Amino acid sequence: MWDQHAVRPLPNGQTQLYIGLHLVHEVTSPQAFADLAARGWRVRAPQRTFATVDHIVPTGVQVRPFGDAMAETMTAALERNCRAHGIPLFDLASGLQGIVHVIGPELGLTRPGMTICCGDSHTSTHGAFGALAFGIGTSQVRDVLASQTLAMSPLKVRRIEVTGRLGPGVYAKDVILTIIGRLGVKAGAGFAYEYAGDAVDRMSMDERMTLCNMSIEGGARAGYVNPDETTVEYLRGRRFAPAGDAFDTAAAGWRSLASDPGAPWDDVVRIEAAGIAPTVTWGINPGQSVAVDATLPQLSNAAADRQGLAEAFEFMGLAPGQRMAGTRIDVAFIGSCTNGRLSDLREAARVVAGKKVSGHVRALVVPGSQAVRAAAEREGLHDVFRAAGFDWRGAGCSMCLAMNPDRLEGREVCASSSNRNFKGRQGSPTGRTLLMSPAMVAAAAVAGEVVDVRDWLS
Amino acid sequence: MTSRVERVEGGALAMPGDDIDTDRIMPARYLKAITFEGLEAHLFADDRAQVAAAGGQHPFDDPAGRHASVLFVNANFGCGSSREHAPQAIARRGIRAVVGESFAEIFAGNSLMIGLPCLTVSRDDMRRLMDAAKSSPGLTCEVDLRNNRVTAGSVSVTAAMPPAARDALLSGTWDATAALLEDYAAVEKVANALPY
Repeated sequence: MWDQHAVRPLPNGQTQLYIGLHLVHEVTSPQAFADLAARGWRVRAPQRTFATVDHIVPTGVQVRPFGDAMAETMTAALERNCRAHGIPLFDLASGLQGIVHVIGPELGLTRPGMTICCGDSHTSTHGAFGALAFGIGTSQVRDVLASQTLAMSPLKVRRIEVTGRLGPGVYAKDVILTIIGRLGVKAGAGFAYEYAGDAVDRMSMDERMTLCNMSIEGGARAGYVNPDETTVEYLRGRRFAPAGDAFDTAAAGWRSLASDPGAPWDDVVRIEAAGIAPTVTWGINPGQSVAVDATLPQLSNAAADRQGLAEAFEFMGLAPGQRMAGTRIDVAFIGSCTNGRLSDLREAARVVAGKKVSGHVRALVVPGSQAVRAAAEREGLHDVFRAAGFDWRGAGCSMCLAMNPDRLEGREVCASSSNRNFKGRQGSPTGRTLLMSPAMVAAAAVAGEVVDVRDWLS
Repeated sequence: MTSRVERVEGGALAMPGDDIDTDRIMPARYLKAITFEGLEAHLFADDRAQVAAAGGQHPFDDPAGRHASVLFVNANFGCGSSREHAPQAIARRGIRAVVGESFAEIFAGNSLMIGLPCLTVSRDDMRRLMDAAKSSPGLTCEVDLRNNRVTAGSVSVTAAMPPAARDALLSGTWDATAALLEDYAAVEKVANALPY
């Protein structure tokens, strides 16, 4: 895949790599477009560039102009830039808008064997299709707009084999939180994480996307899963996927991409699926997690990272040795590029059906895209959530990063299906995030505290 | 050709802590803008407010570090979001080199794109560098890319950098766009041969 996209070696030893698909959103692109204009360059391959609005869109009232003047300015800037350069923009009126990492796959823009980049670290998501996909910063967005290429160094590959069967109530989110918990948040630097093993082979594309999405939380810029029949069937009939005979030809090429079982990996890690429990983060980075039925680490047991752990305990208001089950929550958020897809909403709805959100909990469901929202409504999931007391919102990044009206207040504790539990991530500098699967969030919303979702599924 | 970055000399500022993420360096609400101008005012905004409220002084509020040119950090600095706003704000604050135990990959890449070198040193050496900076505020520090050395007062240690990044900074080719546009026929040839 690398060789197919390599243009030429650069004088500093890097490779000029062709980018097959460039996804653009409103937050990391305006400065890139401005720089492009200042240098008198044009967008070289607008037909390989697609844009949407996700980070700053309000998920409640979506009438233009937006109430937040800066959100309106940023949206207008993206519209202007896309118009000027002939870039398709999936805006709120399109019916195709959504979080960039949700719509790329669901529109069939993301396909095996591609190089994909976007000014967003969760671009690793697209690796679930057997694509080389990674996040970039704004200056690199400018480079891709101008040249459709990037200066890159090859990544090493760490194969993470998940074998055996996941228990009931255990999801891809628990698998990736367990992987990051075990390997740590820095271990992935310089690596792509390839997820394999029979547990991954059995996963749907939604689940594989959840795994790849959080590769960056383990320090790996890219995630990857070999394309297979699940990949091919997911893409069949998608709007931008090839159609008819062209699909069969493309699919034959995709199947041939699967890495050789005897390939030499730079590192291999094996994880038993049966040993993974519903997992919850307790600290201030995604590596600080525990099984919901386990106790938090002791400070004395981890001298090397004692300072970081102490800081996390203090910020979170938690104590070494305590259990996460029973931790009171104030907010429940289901959504994000990690877990805002249809299957995520189905699992959450299964838990809340016929139940009520706890009186002290503010709960919201934010579909990852307008298409996810429409599909969920066709199944009546919105009625299930509303009847339980959840807010049913429009598509966007919402409370994952709080660049829009959805945010925590004060020291609120949020059970969240998103990807980052950094200090202040959800909009309040002192707000606290507990990452978990959508089903676990749903159960926590009803119970008003962290619970083990396995006790709720019969 | 952009400017060569061979050596940075000036005051040092120590920002201790592992896994400092880009949400902490630049909280998301300050990303609501269409330029990078003025971002430096919001560096570590939430951390600084919390430290001040607790009666302490955040490193970025220490008057001794106001004119610092070199930033000392620990491991996995800049993890999380790909927001270039983080290194942009650090550079706009006057920092011209960052020395740490390790860097998140996207952060280091974004820094290189704006000519801000990120060098790594061992954990022990970083402790010595931070101790030197803290014990003598205003101490002059030198980052020498050509010889892979970082010196703060009497402490002088070996530093490392990915060779491609080091070469791009030393040769002044860290702004790669012009090079990427140089041989466009070769780019089109690759594009036309792709099966998609």
